[in-house]
Amino acid sequence: MQLTEKHREYWRRNLRLTGILLAIWFVATYVVSYFARELNEIVILGFPLGFYMGAQGALIIYVVIIWYYAHSMNKLDREYGVHEGED
Amino acid sequence: MAAQTQAQFYAALKKYYSFYTGGFIAFVIVLAILEQLGLPPVWIGYIFLAATIALYAGIGIMSKTADVAEYYVAGRRVPAVFNGMATGADWMSAASFIGMAGTLYATGYDGLAFVMGWTGGYVLVALFLAPYLRKFGQFTIPDFLGARYGGNLPRLIGVFSAIICSFVYVVAQIYGVGLITSRFTGLEFQIGVFVGLAGILVCSFLGGMRAVTWTQVAQYIILIIAYMIPVVWLSVKHTGNPIPQIAYGQALQAVSAKEKELNDPNTALGAAEASVRAIHKEKQAEWEAKIKMLDEAIAAGTADAIYAEERAKVERKLADLKADPNADAKAISEAEKALKDFPPTVAKLREDWKKKADAAKAKAGPVPAHAEAFPGKGAEKKLLASNPNATPEEIAAARAEDAKESDIKRRNFLALVFCLMVGTAALPHILMRYYTTPSVREARVSVAWSLFFIFLLYFTAPALAVLVKYEVYTNLVGSSFAALPAWVANWAAVDATLMKIVDLNKDGLVQLAEITIGSDLVVLATPEIAGLPYVISGMVAAGGLAAALSTADGLLLTISNALSHDVYYKMLDPNAPTTRRLAVSKGLLLVVAVLAAYTASLKPGDILFLVGAAFSLAASAFFPALVMGVFWKRANQVGAVIGMLAGLGVCMYYMYTTYEFFGGTTANQWWDIKPIAAGIFGVPVGFLGVIIGSLLSPAPAKEIQELVDHVRYPSLEGDIETRAT
Repeated sequence: MQLTEKHREYWRRNLRLTGILLAIWFVATYVVSYFARELNEIVILGFPLGFYMGAQGALIIYVVIIWYYAHSMNKLDREYGVHEGED
Repeated sequence: MAAQTQAQFYAALKKYYSFYTGGFIAFVIVLAILEQLGLPPVWIGYIFLAATIALYAGIGIMSKTADVAEYYVAGRRVPAVFNGMATGADWMSAASFIGMAGTLYATGYDGLAFVMGWTGGYVLVALFLAPYLRKFGQFTIPDFLGARYGGNLPRLIGVFSAIICSFVYVVAQIYGVGLITSRFTGLEFQIGVFVGLAGILVCSFLGGMRAVTWTQVAQYIILIIAYMIPVVWLSVKHTGNPIPQIAYGQALQAVSAKEKELNDPNTALGAAEASVRAIHKEKQAEWEAKIKMLDEAIAAGTADAIYAEERAKVERKLADLKADPNADAKAISEAEKALKDFPPTVAKLREDWKKKADAAKAKAGPVPAHAEAFPGKGAEKKLLASNPNATPEEIAAARAEDAKESDIKRRNFLALVFCLMVGTAALPHILMRYYTTPSVREARVSVAWSLFFIFLLYFTAPALAVLVKYEVYTNLVGSSFAALPAWVANWAAVDATLMKIVDLNKDGLVQLAEITIGSDLVVLATPEIAGLPYVISGMVAAGGLAAALSTADGLLLTISNALSHDVYYKMLDPNAPTTRRLAVSKGLLLVVAVLAAYTASLKPGDILFLVGAAFSLAASAFFPALVMGVFWKRANQVGAVIGMLAGLGVCMYYMYTTYEFFGGTTANQWWDIKPIAAGIFGVPVGFLGVIIGSLLSPAPAKEIQELVDHVRYPSLEGDIETRAT
């Protein structure tokens, strides 16, 4: 089994995508929570922003991250010819 | 079935589960009609219990199997959506279903650590583990450690860690099953435990992963319907908007305004509140004085006399009541219970008193603000209240104290979120589920569905907590004791640990500090608060039961598979025939289940802490070795062994030295981090261990490096085959 340059590129692009999504995850979780006291000063529709981010906002972001990853990787598989056969 | 294509199978599943969901709703409607015709509530409880357990058993029997791949990974043909539902049920335990909203009610912002931690972990599962484990495609998590790092040692450490985390967790689930059964049917707790155990066993025992998967899908449907209906109803009642996650903003504002009013002694409500707080303060002082007296007696060696005297008091009270011809039966049974539950030792007596003093202390203070993140100690407010002419230096000192406390809270919050997330991505019973999808592609999509189904419940819980708080703060506080809302009177009569309400200052009106609410009450009482019929309460109990049973099933299977597949088949007898492998697995399942039920029936005290601890342990033991195994080719056996042992070791050491239960003290804490978040130290040490250990020893063999390539690409030409059959 020999990896071609194309294979390596697939893996690099996977790593890049993983890194970017992980960074979004990190910001949505830790940076936002770190500044929760300050964000709570902003009130939207009755919700202090810091509270809402922890209760609902972060969760929505997580779902979108995972959905986006699945979608892009499945596309990337086809682009690089490493997708599985239909079964 | 073998001739079916995946598409046909998927279509058939959709049809079955649509019929099933319709059937369940019809069943609830029929019961609702029967209730209107006069069916007593206790019967509704029994019918729900019996019908749902019979249903799960039916699915279990229909899915019984003697095929190894079916038994361990449901034949690897569970479509993404259904695996998502099964994972959702597997994941959400009794604690999520019944306890989560209550925790949020009690702790406000701080409780959000659980909401974020238990959902955000799936991002890590999706990005780092699920697709790669699926490509690897064997049966258990220790399988991966064994194949990737070679030799039996990494596998053995994996088995050991998987069993510790899962066993602690399964005991908590069976405990939850016992509580729910006993509450809704009036059976004894210990009997409830074993009834629930039967429900768990019929499923996993007969059909392994296959039966567990299809039952979990059924359980997910029940639990999510049971959770959503009361909340949506309550949201419409309070805000006129059927989407609670958006609507509760107005309720939150009303709650915040009420908090201010209750904390302000210049308002009528605030003044009444202050008078009750003063009573709690006196009580606190009383209990503390008693504790001090006991401590002095312990030092002087005369504690036994005080213990005997306290016990005699309780005995005398019971004797007096029994002698009194006019005493009511309830008072007598309460006195009997007090004697039965009397702490068995001096140390336990002191613990009991300390609890009472702390409870009084909590009620003597102001109401914490629900949405406030990391509140300080309130030192500044206290200072200004007691001494309006405080000097600027004194004020600055109090402020610094508050800021320090607030920062410690923030640090612990972030650390806990980290541990829960990484722990989620390392718990074997969850990761194992991604072996069951038909392909890598489906595994990726399946994580998205999993989180979506879990998300539905978790992003509703904060809304529910606020809506119930709104009800308590605006409708209950200030109402008259002569005309309590029906749900309050009902629950106070059923169980004093869930709802206790006493007119302490004898003004005939309810003050917030006169109400004690157990955290499970929030979910259990919601149908009644929303004015729904009892049948919905029965449905909520069935939902809680489904949540506990489904998690217990997945965990038991993890433990017995680790023992039977990893230890027995892979290490002791690799030539064992299929029938014997399955027989061993089922036998072990039974033994582990009975052992767990027995442990649960003893009602171990610190169960909640232990569940939290399981996350830190799993995170420290598994996460570094698993992730590095995929993302770093250079990682080798020495590194994995060192990393896993060091991570687990640091985590356990920290818990041991800082948690009171094990004889530790808070003085040993590093940066004031609580023992439940020990993983914040264990995980980095685990990663360091893997890196240092690997670099100090030779690179892994070529076959291992090929294995890494194999898991990284969903399909490669001339690929090796690792799938177990």
